[in-house]
Amino acid sequence: MYPIVKKEKLADKIFLMDVKAPRVAKTCEPGQFVIVKMDEEGERIPLTICDYDREAGTITIVFQTVGASTERMQYLNEGDAFQDFVGPLGCASELVEMDIEELKKKNIVFIAGGVGTAPVYPQVKWLHEHGVDCDVIMGSRTKELLFFVEKMEKVAANLYVTTDDGSYGFHGMGTNQLQELVDQGRTYDHCVAIGPMIMMKFVCLLTKKLGIPTIVSMNPIMVDGTGMCGACRLTVGDEVKFACVDGPEFDGHLVDFDQAMKRQQLYKTDEGRAMLKLQEGDTHHGGCGHCGGEK
Amino acid sequence: MDVLNKVPVREQEPEVRAKNFEEVCLGYDEKEAVEESNRCLNCKNAQCVKGCPVSIDIPGFISEVKNENFEKAYEIISESSALPAVCGRVCPQESQCEGKCIRGIKGEPVSIGKLERFTADWARKNGIVPKAPENRNGRKVAVIGSGPAGLTCAGDLARLGYDVTIFEALHEAGGVLIYGIPEFRLPKQEVVAKEVENVKALGVKIETNVVIGKSTTIDELMEEEGFEAVFIGSGAGLPRFMGIPGEQANGVFSANEFLTRNNLMKAFREEYDTPIMKGKKVAVVGGGNVAMDAARTALRLGAEVHIVYRRSEAELPARVEEVHHAKEEGIIFNLLTNPVEILVDENGWVKGMTCIKMELGEPDASGRRSPVEVKGSEFEIELDTVIMSLGTSPNPLISSTTEGLDINRRKCIVAEEENGATSKPGVFAGGDAVTGAATVILAMGAGKAAAQGIHEYLSNK
Repeated sequence: MYPIVKKEKLADKIFLMDVKAPRVAKTCEPGQFVIVKMDEEGERIPLTICDYDREAGTITIVFQTVGASTERMQYLNEGDAFQDFVGPLGCASELVEMDIEELKKKNIVFIAGGVGTAPVYPQVKWLHEHGVDCDVIMGSRTKELLFFVEKMEKVAANLYVTTDDGSYGFHGMGTNQLQELVDQGRTYDHCVAIGPMIMMKFVCLLTKKLGIPTIVSMNPIMVDGTGMCGACRLTVGDEVKFACVDGPEFDGHLVDFDQAMKRQQLYKTDEGRAMLKLQEGDTHHGGCGHCGGEK
Repeated sequence: MDVLNKVPVREQEPEVRAKNFEEVCLGYDEKEAVEESNRCLNCKNAQCVKGCPVSIDIPGFISEVKNENFEKAYEIISESSALPAVCGRVCPQESQCEGKCIRGIKGEPVSIGKLERFTADWARKNGIVPKAPENRNGRKVAVIGSGPAGLTCAGDLARLGYDVTIFEALHEAGGVLIYGIPEFRLPKQEVVAKEVENVKALGVKIETNVVIGKSTTIDELMEEEGFEAVFIGSGAGLPRFMGIPGEQANGVFSANEFLTRNNLMKAFREEYDTPIMKGKKVAVVGGGNVAMDAARTALRLGAEVHIVYRRSEAELPARVEEVHHAKEEGIIFNLLTNPVEILVDENGWVKGMTCIKMELGEPDASGRRSPVEVKGSEFEIELDTVIMSLGTSPNPLISSTTEGLDINRRKCIVAEEENGATSKPGVFAGGDAVTGAATVILAMGAGKAAAQGIHEYLSNK
């Protein structure tokens, strides 16, 4: 069992947890992910590592309630435990592998969308700790969904916060903010975008036009996460790649986002039904397609 | 008694079992087992033993079944096999022990597999567990992977007194026995979990959720955690696809994914969160045991299922019993047929498959006649799901993170057949990680050979 030592609600439907997993904390690097399974019936859920404490042996995860298992996960509290917690999986962020002096010469911008802010934070923090400055654009739909603003301010050279509805910071999306900065004469030669696939797609369309190489962190459907099932396959350039062993980070200008987004819809109907059943609880009487209650 | 024929084994009726996940074969009862055991000729120079990759004393245990001394029969099997209830169910007996049985020259061979299964099931139902060794030497050996190779190697080493820890990447021990082979062929709680418990009863520790090559490495296990030897039984790896158009469409799965969702994650049971696509019309591409498992699983989830295989029935790599069961349950076999394209609708979902007819040409290097396309014979079938069951290629996680471990051009780990030794001192390997996808019992044979190899290596160290 893997005890939860800290829990925090960051925003509506977005939760942070520090989980004791010494083997993972010992070897993980920014950019890698873990798979969590809360109990016997739970799904295996891939989550990007948001932070780690090697001495305390803990890993920080952030998740949004989107399916049946994450819906149930939000009710876990400090003192409860995950039945399973495995990692680190996938490859470390490319930035971690690069020469520090080379990195210092680069103008780097991070674009984080929604819950993608969580995995961006450890990368920016890692760079900051290694003396590398970078700009961060982080956005969400609305003010209530923003989190990590203060934390990010401490590690980013310049932080630009955006909301789609203008309720906080820049009124617009991350791509609009990036365009504006470039229009003002700012130059970037490396971009990292993490967030919903649709956001990463549009960031990549823009950065391709602007000629800024862009790394994205893909979050496709996964089961085992160790390269056994092939559920997470993506088309990158002319090749089929497995996000779990070849990624999760890829050259965003080569990723086939339209295909990846279609693949993400695979179980949406099933997930919707499972959520409905969970929310209706004992009053559930059909509509899920499984229980026969509608007959 | 009809000495020429096997005592028939009771099975769930095809039309009943096609709708449930309960075990197909019900096995022998005591009376049937004793009757069948009397067909054994107790050959002095037993050929069946030579056909068994783990060399079980087959005439020995069958003689004890004859005497109704089932506990003794179990003891005899346990000397050679850690997983008899599993092997009695999934071994390809027709090409191994039973294929060599003298009784089989005229008439049917002795039903060795069903007798093994009976003996193991009897022991389990009567609470008999293998005895832990009295003398332990305290020397630490790590085993990577808790599939058939790893469990066998760990069990044998524990019996020799070693302090064995198995590291398993998934959340449950058993490897392919848990994620791959379906419930209706190999019950998980009742059979697999119990045999894993029996290995633990020998003193073996199992640590789940540890991915060697990521969570830690073989070098760290040996240098920092005090393991004197390591056995790699990490199994086969990444699923193969055909590389035809449409393969990334929604509704195309690897057999590994489909079976893992159903078996490991128990998606067929309503109380579990993991979803699985329940197709209406499914094609499974391939003809091996995994293809049969995927097809029969899809059938039980409610689909009309086609096996699409490019050679003819004679070349099907699956066990005869699995093909027979699949046909009985209503799986449709489209033989000498090969997919050329998966047809995709405007939303990215599978809507069909274009196939081409094949005919058999000259025998290839493996001796099998290679299939050749019949020009102009393309046709379309309507489908909503395609399951690719084309085998796997090795996972690079361990080979790429272990200093000095040689792999061959197929990316499999290079290991000596007789003792499992690899190019790295103290590191042994066996099973699918070495051979590529094969059978449970061959992996067990390799685990057994490696246990002996490790014992010799450490005894001389």
